[in-house]
Amino acid sequence: MTLYDQLPALVVVVLLFTAPITYMLRLHGFPWASATAAAVTSFGVACSLAATTIGGETIIYEMGGWPAPYGIVLHIDALSALMAMLITGASSAALIFGAKSLADEVGEETAPAFFAAWLLCTAGLVGMVITGDAFNIFVFMEISSLSTYVLISAGPDRRALISTYRYIVMGTVGATFYLIGVGFLYMVTGTLNTADLAARVGQVEDIRLVLVAAGFVSVGLAIKAAIFPLHSWMPNAYTFAPNAVTVFIAAASTKVSLYVLMRIDYAIFQNSITNHELQLTFFLVPLGVLALFAGSLLAIYEKNLKRLLAYSSVAQIGYIALGISMASVAGLTGAIVHMFNHGLIKGGMFMAVACLALRYRTVNVANLAGAGKAMPWTMAAFVIGGLGLVGVPLTPGFISKWYLVLAALDEGWLGALLVAIILMSSLLAVIYVWKVIEVACFGEPRANAVPVTEEAPLVMLIPTWIVVLTGIWIALDTSVTVGLASLAAKTLLGVAL
Amino acid sequence: MIFSEADTIFYALTIPLFGAVAIALAGRWPNVRETVTLTTAVCLAVVVWSLVPTLQAGGRPELQLGEMLPGLRIAFKVEPLGMLFAALASGLWIVNSVYSIGYMRGNNEQNQTRFYICFAIALAAAVGVAFSANLLTLFIFYEVLTISTYPLVAHKGDQATVRSARVYMGILLGTSIGLFLPAMIWTYSIAGTLDFTPGGILEGKIAEPLVGVLLLMFVFGIGKAAVMPIHRWLPAAMVAPTPVSALLHAVAVVKAGVFTITKVFVYIFGIDFLFNQPSHRLIIWLACFTIVVSSFIALRQTNLKRLLAYSTIGQLSYVVLAASVLKPLSEVGASMHMMAHAFGKITLFFAAGAIYVASKKTEITDMRGIGRRMPWTMTAFAIGALSMIGVPPTGGFISKWYILGGAIQDDNYLALATLVASTLLNAAYFLPFIFAAFLYEEDVKPVKQHGEAPWPMVAALTFTALLTFAFFLFHQPIADLEAQILVK
Repeated sequence: MTLYDQLPALVVVVLLFTAPITYMLRLHGFPWASATAAAVTSFGVACSLAATTIGGETIIYEMGGWPAPYGIVLHIDALSALMAMLITGASSAALIFGAKSLADEVGEETAPAFFAAWLLCTAGLVGMVITGDAFNIFVFMEISSLSTYVLISAGPDRRALISTYRYIVMGTVGATFYLIGVGFLYMVTGTLNTADLAARVGQVEDIRLVLVAAGFVSVGLAIKAAIFPLHSWMPNAYTFAPNAVTVFIAAASTKVSLYVLMRIDYAIFQNSITNHELQLTFFLVPLGVLALFAGSLLAIYEKNLKRLLAYSSVAQIGYIALGISMASVAGLTGAIVHMFNHGLIKGGMFMAVACLALRYRTVNVANLAGAGKAMPWTMAAFVIGGLGLVGVPLTPGFISKWYLVLAALDEGWLGALLVAIILMSSLLAVIYVWKVIEVACFGEPRANAVPVTEEAPLVMLIPTWIVVLTGIWIALDTSVTVGLASLAAKTLLGVAL
Repeated sequence: MIFSEADTIFYALTIPLFGAVAIALAGRWPNVRETVTLTTAVCLAVVVWSLVPTLQAGGRPELQLGEMLPGLRIAFKVEPLGMLFAALASGLWIVNSVYSIGYMRGNNEQNQTRFYICFAIALAAAVGVAFSANLLTLFIFYEVLTISTYPLVAHKGDQATVRSARVYMGILLGTSIGLFLPAMIWTYSIAGTLDFTPGGILEGKIAEPLVGVLLLMFVFGIGKAAVMPIHRWLPAAMVAPTPVSALLHAVAVVKAGVFTITKVFVYIFGIDFLFNQPSHRLIIWLACFTIVVSSFIALRQTNLKRLLAYSTIGQLSYVVLAASVLKPLSEVGASMHMMAHAFGKITLFFAAGAIYVASKKTEITDMRGIGRRMPWTMTAFAIGALSMIGVPPTGGFISKWYILGGAIQDDNYLALATLVASTLLNAAYFLPFIFAAFLYEEDVKPVKQHGEAPWPMVAALTFTALLTFAFFLFHQPIADLEAQILVK
C-alpha cells in the first residue's frame, strides 16, 4: 500500500493533524507558516484527486479498512474533487494573501489559536465534500461551523462578536435541522451511508417520515447556504470578519452547504421519491428568484463595500439555487460551475477590498473616491471581478450564465421567464458594481479625506492578481471546470456518462 | 509573405494591445506617447491591409484560439465584410490619431494617457469584432468595445458627463446582455453552432413567429446599430471629446453595430431563409421609421454635434434597411454604406471639433459666417454633408445607388420612398447651415480672434474629405470584394 492510495484521506488528515501543531507553535509567524503549508499541501492533494476523477472515476476509500456500510467511507467523484479544490484553494490563497493583513488584524497571542481554527475550518469543509456518510457530514459541519465562529469573532471591530453570535444561533439551528432530518432517515432505513441510503429510501413504505426528513434537511442546509430569506446571518458575518477570513468563507463556506443540498436531493431523494422535483420547483425556484432580486437590490442600496459584496453573494447563491432546481444536466452544470466560479470571483473581489481597507482604513464606498488613481492595480482587479459578477464575456461569470440560460431555455415558457429574470438580475449587478467603480475610478476624493498615495503591498497584490488571472484563464479554457461539472451533473442525475 | 495569414490575424489583434501598454509606459513624455500611438496605428493598418490581396483572391484566413465552451472556440476567420470593417477602422485610426493630437493638445484636455490607452483597446476590440469566426467571439469583443469606450465618453469627468456616460454604457450593456446574449444562446441551443456560415445556420431549425422574436432580439440587442427606440445612447455620448465622437460614429462603435447586424443576417439567418420569413418586413419598417424620424429630430437640433448624432442614427438605419431588404445588391450596398458613411461622418465630426477648438462654438445658430474664418474646415464639412445627402461625386452616392438597386430588385416601394424622403430631409438640415456659414455675415463674435484650428486637425479633415471623393471614383474593387459575401 503506497502513500498514493491514501491520498483521499490525506486531503483532510493533513489539515486535522497540523491544527494542534499550529496551536502549539508560539513563535512569531510560525502558526501562519504551518497553516499555509498544510493548506497548500492539501490543495495539491485535491488537485491530484481532481486529475483522477476527471476521467469519470469515483474513488471509494474505506477509513481504517472497514467496509461500508459498517465503516465510514470517503466517496470522491468529480463533484467532490471540484469542491475540495475550491475549498483548499481558497484557504491557501486567503492564507498567503492574508500574511500581512491577518498579522495586522489578529493579535500575536491569539494567532496560534486562530490559525488552528482556520485549519479545522478548512478540514471540516473538505470533510463534508469527500465523505460518503450522512452523519459524518454533520460532524464535519460542526467542526467547520465552530471554527468559523472563532475566525469571524477575531475581527478587529467589536461588532464582530454580535455578528458571530447571530451566526451561532442561525448556524446551530441549521445544523440541528440537518441532524434531525438525518435522524429520521436513519430511523426508517437503518443506515447512514449515502449510497446505502439512496438504495433503501425507495423501499420505505411510510413515505411521510422521509418527506419530513427531506424538509428538515433542506431547510437546515438552506440556512447554512444563506439561501434567501435565510441569509440574515451572512452580511454581518462577512462584514466584520477579518478581511482574509471573509475572502475564505465567502469563496467556500456557503458553497459546501449547497453541495450537500445537491448531493442529498439528487443522490438520495430524486430517484426514490416520486415527484421529488416538485419540491425543487416550488421551493427552490421561488427562493432563487427572490434571492436574485432581493440580494441585488440590497446591494444597490448598501454603502459598506463588504456588506455590498455579501448581498451580491445572496443574489449569486440565487443563481446556484436556480441551477440546482432545474434538474437538468445543463442546469446542474451551470450551478456547479457557478459555485466554483463565484468562489473565485468573490474571493478575488474580497482580496481587492482587503487591499483597499489596508490603505483607506474604511470600506465605505463614498470614502473610496480616487482609489482608481491611488491604487490602480487593486481597482483593476476589483473591476475585473465586478464584470465577472455581471457575467461579461472573458470572465468566469459568463460561463456560468451561459449554462444557466441554456438550461432555462429547455424549460419552455417558464424557462423564457427565468431567462428574463436571470438577465434582469445581471443588469442589477451592473448597477451595484458600477456604483462602486464610478466612485472609486472617476470620483474626486473628499476634501477632508486623508490622501492615499500608495498602492497595496506586493504580498497582497500578487495573490489577488493570481486569483483574478486564474479566473480569466478558466473563462477561456473551461475544460477542467466545465469538464468536472458536467461529469458531476451527469453523475448526480444518473445520466449515462 | 513572411508571416502566415493566421499570424497576421494574431498580430492585428495584439498590436493595439501592445500599443496600449507602450502608451501607458510612455505616459510621462507626451511626444513619445503620441509617436507610439501613431506608430501603432500605422503598424495595425499595414498588417490589416496586408490581408486584402488574399481576400480578393478568395482566401479566408483563419485563426483558432482556445476552446471556451465545448464546441465553441474563440476563433477568427476573415471574410469580405469583416475585412472591410477592419481595414476601415484601422485606416481611420491613423487619421483620427493625427486629429486627436491636435484636438487634445489644442484643448488642454486632462488624462490624455488614459484617453490614448482606451482608444487603442477600443481598436483592438473593433478588429476582434471584424475578424470573429463565430457569434460568441464577436460578442466578447463587442462587450470589450463597450467597456473600453466608457472612459472615453466620460472623459470630462464632471457630473453631467458621467450621467450621460452612464446612459451610454447602461443602454449598450443592457441591450447586449438582456437581448443579444439570450438571442445568441437561443441560436446555439437550436442550431448547435454559432459559426458564421455562408447561407446561414438557422434554415429549417426555427419557424415563424419565433423567427420574428429572435430577429427582434438580435436587432434591438445589437444596440450599437441604434435602431429606434434603442438610439438614446448616441446623443448621450455627444458629451465625449470630438475625436471620441469620431471613433464612435465613424471608426468603430456604430459600425460594429451595423456590421454585426449585417453579419447576423447574412451568416446566421442566411438571406434566402430570412427572405421567406414575413417577419423580416418588420425590420424594414423599423429601419424606415428610424430613418424618417431621426431626420425630423435632426431638423430641430441647434447643437451641431447633436445634429450629427441624429444624422448618424438615420444613416445607420440605411445600413440596417439595406441589409434587411435581403437582395444581393442591397447587401453589397449595406457594406458600401458603412464605408461611405464612415468617410463622410468622420469629416463632419472633425470639422465640428475644429470649429469648437478654434472658436469654442457648439451651437449652429452662433456659426453664421464661420466659413470665412475657417474656409478649409467648412469646405470639408460641406463635402461631408453632400456625401450624407448622397450627391455625386461623393461616396454617399455610390452606396445609395446600390441600396436603391437592391430595393428595386425587390420592388420594395417603402424602402424606395424612404430613401427619397430621407435624401430631401438630409438636404434640409445640412444645406441651410452650410449656406449660412459661407454667405452670411458673422453675427456672434467669437471669444477671441481665430482662423483655422491647429494644422494636424485641418490636415486630417481635408484628407477624409478627399477620401469621400476617392471612394466615389475607386469603389469598384471594394464592390467586387463585397459581392463575395453572397457566395455560398
